[in-house]
Amino acid sequence: MSVPMPTSPSSTLQSGESHLHPFLTTRSSLNLRRRLVNALVVLSTTLAALFAAGLLIYLLYYVLSQGLRYIDLDFFTQLPTPNGEPGGGMGEAFQGSLILIALASLMGVPLGLFTGIYLAEFGRGPFAQGVRFLVDVLNGIPTIIFGLLAWVLIVIPMQTFSGLAGGFALGMIMIPIVTRTSEDVLRLVPRELREASLALGATEARTILQVVLPAARNGIITGVVLAMARVAGETAPLLMTAFGTTFWNTDVTQPMDALPLRIFQFTLSPYQQQVNQAYAGAFVLIVLILLASLAVRLATGGFKQR
Amino acid sequence: MSQERVSLSKARQQWVGWQRMLRVQRPGDLFFRGITLLFVLIVLGLVAGTAWILISNSLPTIRRFGFSFLTNKAFDPVHDVYGVLPAIFGTLMTSAFALIFAVPLGLGASIFLVDFCPRPLRLILAFLIDLLAAIPSVIYGLWGFLVLAPWLHNAGEPWLQQHLGFLPLFTGQPEGVGYLGAGIVLTMMILPLIISVSREVMLVTPIAQREALLALGATRWEVIRHAVLPFARVGILGGVILALGRALGETMAVTMIIGNQANEPSLSLFTPGYTLASVIANQFGEATPGLFLSAIIEAGLILFIITLITNILARWLIASLQRQAQGSRGGRP
Amino acid sequence: MDQATVEQTNRSVLRPMGMSLSIEQLNAWYGRKQALFDINLTVPPLSVTALIGPSGCGKSTLVRCLNRLHETIPGARVEGRVIANGLDIYGRGIRPMNVRRHIGMVFQQPNPLPTRSIFENVAIGPRLNLGLRGSRLKELVERSLQQAALWEEVKDRLHSPAISLSGGQQQRLCIARALALEPEVLLMDEPCSALDPISTLQVEELITYLKRQYTIVVVTHNMQQAARIADRTAFFLQGHLVEEGETQQLFTHPRKKETEDYISGRFG
Ligand SMILES: Nc1ncnc2c1ncn2[C@@H]1O[C@H](COP(=O)(O)OP(=O)(O)OP(=O)(O)O)[C@@H](O)[C@H]1O
Ligand SMILES: [Mg+2]
Repeated sequence: MSVPMPTSPSSTLQSGESHLHPFLTTRSSLNLRRRLVNALVVLSTTLAALFAAGLLIYLLYYVLSQGLRYIDLDFFTQLPTPNGEPGGGMGEAFQGSLILIALASLMGVPLGLFTGIYLAEFGRGPFAQGVRFLVDVLNGIPTIIFGLLAWVLIVIPMQTFSGLAGGFALGMIMIPIVTRTSEDVLRLVPRELREASLALGATEARTILQVVLPAARNGIITGVVLAMARVAGETAPLLMTAFGTTFWNTDVTQPMDALPLRIFQFTLSPYQQQVNQAYAGAFVLIVLILLASLAVRLATGGFKQR
Repeated sequence: MSQERVSLSKARQQWVGWQRMLRVQRPGDLFFRGITLLFVLIVLGLVAGTAWILISNSLPTIRRFGFSFLTNKAFDPVHDVYGVLPAIFGTLMTSAFALIFAVPLGLGASIFLVDFCPRPLRLILAFLIDLLAAIPSVIYGLWGFLVLAPWLHNAGEPWLQQHLGFLPLFTGQPEGVGYLGAGIVLTMMILPLIISVSREVMLVTPIAQREALLALGATRWEVIRHAVLPFARVGILGGVILALGRALGETMAVTMIIGNQANEPSLSLFTPGYTLASVIANQFGEATPGLFLSAIIEAGLILFIITLITNILARWLIASLQRQAQGSRGGRP
Repeated sequence: MDQATVEQTNRSVLRPMGMSLSIEQLNAWYGRKQALFDINLTVPPLSVTALIGPSGCGKSTLVRCLNRLHETIPGARVEGRVIANGLDIYGRGIRPMNVRRHIGMVFQQPNPLPTRSIFENVAIGPRLNLGLRGSRLKELVERSLQQAALWEEVKDRLHSPAISLSGGQQQRLCIARALALEPEVLLMDEPCSALDPISTLQVEELITYLKRQYTIVVVTHNMQQAARIADRTAFFLQGHLVEEGETQQLFTHPRKKETEDYISGRFG
């Protein structure tokens, strides 16, 4: 084998042409430029991060600190006062939100969970791949589209806004979230567990229902909580479905209030009292979502990995 | 005789094949599998139904106005003439604004988070970013309406006009509400999304590739430039398109600050305007059956199609990245 | 003087002597776990030193300490000195990137940049560090690929992506990439583990050629290989240097019982 060697050392070197150690030859203009570019990148990305984080933290802090001032017990238990008179709360919004989330879960959790089971357990081949893709795409559709859907399907035929329509719209939003998280956690259940159960003679259905699902229970609950937190903050699809009200209401065929809806309407209100309550509502909403995120992080051990 | 035997064994093979395909031995299993499949079909039906309802209910305006629905400036229930040009313009304008600012900021911030940030701070910031990505849009809208718009009206826009008024972007009457405010709020909303997606894809760059560059005496930036970014490029693009889809369809935050007027498309950022989503949110209340109702639904249909395309594109890009990542071991620096 | 000229000047001055490494009291940790204990080892200039030992004994860790790559792992730490031609690479004022640029490395797993072309993979080192461009860069790339015994196989498709190469070709590409910087020391972590016998032989010949101008440290699991190519051999066990000496000496008359057990295949 003939291998050409690196240029052989030339002897034409003037003595004194620096016996610089190679590790010390950093002061060339090229290396200076490289270090300068590197420093500039570090600096600018740091600034970008500080600016982005600062802006967002400021927003969060501002809304939270404003909201905290107007929170009291009445805020959770009383109805809004008419014409922005002092006092009152948005109790009906909390009540409505709970009912709407329950309705949405009634629709979104079974549909999402079973679709997730299908994808995780039987989901091979192009059909399942297509379903998966469609579910992901569904997740990115603007939520107001689902409001529009419920409006056309339910509100217009019934000739009234209703909690039912709102629940339907929110349910549509929950489906992809529940589907994807439950598929992911079901896939994490060890093979051996399934095989052991099948080897003991259990049917496939029994294995999934009594072995696999319980093993994945925490993960599935996490996904459901995540989906609930997500729809708890949805406003757009409720505008044209649940519509909102300022009275107690448990009748799902009638207009129903929701926390984000009330925040929206009071934000635009001409009365300072209602604007204050909008801040208070925003405070509660943010805290709820913070708690849900924290719970999910803790349940999935998300803090350790990164 | 032998002919028969052949076909018989063929049939048996086929049966075994079917069995294997369904992987089912017992009727109970078949039933269970059928149930899950039923739910899948319901979900598919709901998606298809959404598309069908949007299309069938916007037929009146599609028939009446055809393509001119997209180019008509008026959304005028009084004369029963409808067009969404201002809304399409507003949607694109505000989303473009948001991307122009959120992409460089978000990319810079995620590079910082992945490569330069001290470890303890990294965890906190990453959690915060994920949290901010989950904050509902009505909160951003509240801040935009109560804080940003008055400030823009009194200080921000007059200042811009005074110093940069020679640009067509900053001409016109400062009103507080308008494209500028909507663009800023959208920027803040998609920023956490862009940061968290690009951070995620940059984190899975194989360590071996970072080390390849390090071992050649590369600076930290050169490692990012030549190892991390080429690897994460497609995923980042997917994330950006995902964020674009979010910006295009965002309703509440935009509705609360864009001003909701069907103005002539104008380059001035101070102009109050419309987006497709805010047209729907603002007009549904007065909708009367007929063309008006159909016009609102067609606005939704257009939004649906635009976001469908961006989402399919984004998913496809992300999926192709995952295929590329498979095989090469991912690692966290 | 541009960077390339400075480098060449330095090379001419230093090449005849080569670079020696003297490892003194080196300890290395991964988080709390200590992986290397008080290593003292001298690597003479212009020679081949083989590191052998059972899997997990710290060979890769040691090699990665020699070009300051170990410290880039989160939580990893090094103590001790590595004196290269009289200068401690862990000394004050020494930039890691400068050390790495002069102490080249070939990894256990081939790690070409998958999206870059074959040419770009080799060119990237000189491009970044020397600012080389144009025909000088082309010549350097060609020479490096020839040295790595890859040129004939890729000369017609220099611009196809590196990922299109076979595993063995990728490893030789990584060797070429390291050679393109003309380092003083070449660290090779099991360079032949992904190669077929013929490519292995080629790389062994290459190593023997290269030691005229490079100081080479090579990790290997193959004791015949160590015997064939190494001037000196060091045997490691669980993070400790057990024995080190002339290859002939070590294989024929090991001083320690553990060494004898290992080379006679009684464990590991
Ligand atoms: N990134 C890491 N984090 C924690 N421990 C590590 C890491 N890399 C290696 N180790 C540990 O350090 C010890 C030495 O590992 P090293 O990779 O140096 O072994 P090796 O001699 O190169 O083995 P092999 O012949 O299998 O390549 C091992 O016990 C290993 O488990
Ligand atoms: Mg190793």
